[in-house]
Amino acid sequence: MTLTRRSALRLVLIGLIGGLVQLGAISQLTVFGVPADLSPLLVAAVGFYGGSLAGAGFGFGLGLFVDISLFQTLGVSSLAFTAVGYGAGRFRELRDPAHGLAPVLVGAVGTAVSVIGFALLQFLLGVDAPVSLLLLRQILLTIVLNTLIALPIFAIVRRLLLRYMPDDPRRRRRRAYTTGGLSPLTRA
Amino acid sequence: MHDRAVRRRRAVLVALVAASLILLTAYFGESSNGGGLHSAQRGAMGVLAPIQEGANRVLKPVRDFFGWFGDTLHAKGQRDQYKRERDQLRAQLAQAQYQLNVARQEAGLKKADVTAGLDRYGPVKASVYVRSPNAFYQTVEIDKGSSDGIEVGDPVVAGDPASGDGGLVGQVKTAIGGSAVVTLITDQDFTVAAYSGAQQVPGTVQPAIGAPGDMEFAPISTINQVHVGDLVSTAGTISSSRSLQSPYPGGIPIGTVKSIDPGQADLDTHIHVTPAADVRHVSVVQVLTNPHPGGTS
Repeated sequence: MTLTRRSALRLVLIGLIGGLVQLGAISQLTVFGVPADLSPLLVAAVGFYGGSLAGAGFGFGLGLFVDISLFQTLGVSSLAFTAVGYGAGRFRELRDPAHGLAPVLVGAVGTAVSVIGFALLQFLLGVDAPVSLLLLRQILLTIVLNTLIALPIFAIVRRLLLRYMPDDPRRRRRRAYTTGGLSPLTRA
Repeated sequence: MHDRAVRRRRAVLVALVAASLILLTAYFGESSNGGGLHSAQRGAMGVLAPIQEGANRVLKPVRDFFGWFGDTLHAKGQRDQYKRERDQLRAQLAQAQYQLNVARQEAGLKKADVTAGLDRYGPVKASVYVRSPNAFYQTVEIDKGSSDGIEVGDPVVAGDPASGDGGLVGQVKTAIGGSAVVTLITDQDFTVAAYSGAQQVPGTVQPAIGAPGDMEFAPISTINQVHVGDLVSTAGTISSSRSLQSPYPGGIPIGTVKSIDPGQADLDTHIHVTPAADVRHVSVVQVLTNPHPGGTS
């Protein structure tokens, strides 16, 4: 992804609106007593489509926004989300997955890294929270819920960032076949 | 070119992680009241709060729409839970009511033992475990029988849970080892010699024809001496001849005169008696195994 002033502004808007939607609506809709968490999905999606640099920066910014909004310890969410955004970006840069369900995997892993990392950091900071079945259940359910909504979230982010993205593998393949130069059938 | 990009990427990552750690350490280390980061966070929150509030209002319909599904499912779960609780409480209530009823009947019997002196008639306590399901045979079966000293013809008394008093409920019809059948006083074959009121007007008590649960007192002498509210109790006729002797001890309450339907003559007059014991719901009874102590039995 080409980082320009306009693309950065778009990322800021995605983060701001996504954060507000998360805090204002999604966090209050519970399934089995647990809400979904848009934030790690947004970070993973931006990293996946925008690259590791954009992902890490977006993760840091959104984490800071969440920490400020919820009056949490500053830096905890930033650190977790930076790792998620960078990891998602590196996965795309190194593996270049073309499978349609790759966002589901990235969303699930990103959420897992985020919630488990957040919990570990809180424990390291000495927050008095017992490692109970309730906490494990909440972590597991958050991962499951985020996995279920990963596809639409990734699709929305992809659509919003499409203008600033380098060609993705599917479009690249499609164009290659239509131009006739790189089709394996043509070569044969 | 590639190395430069890699270096740049790594540098940004390190910078962001370092910034996070610095923020975290500084925030964690400072006091929550006077620290700069806390103050900045409060300031930022002050700016963000109206935006969040506005977003909250804007998103309320969306939240309510999705919340409706969750609330409906939750309400269904709650409904099922409350139904289960209701059923449990109903079962507990039924059990408690049954125990209360038994306790009241036992209290009535105890009172009758003391006030009417039933102790001397060799009472045997028994529980009713079968009731005749139809109106033609007003009988119950009890869990004590001949092995407990119960014989055919023994009078049976019970307490009334409502009034706390006891009264005659029937007579043993059949007795075997561990159980007995009792004919209730409301059975069509039942008749007992009785006295009514303070004047001890003699007569007989028998069930009213065609009115299950209702009884009638038929006086031998003049009807004018019988009044509504008079207590009707067993006559307890004693005779040296077994065939003439009443199977019931005297003075056991049978019921109270409820109403008097005057007819054209004494024979047309009907004196209705309400049984002293709750015959329909009786569950604990006493069989008087020695109705004539010291005399012929």
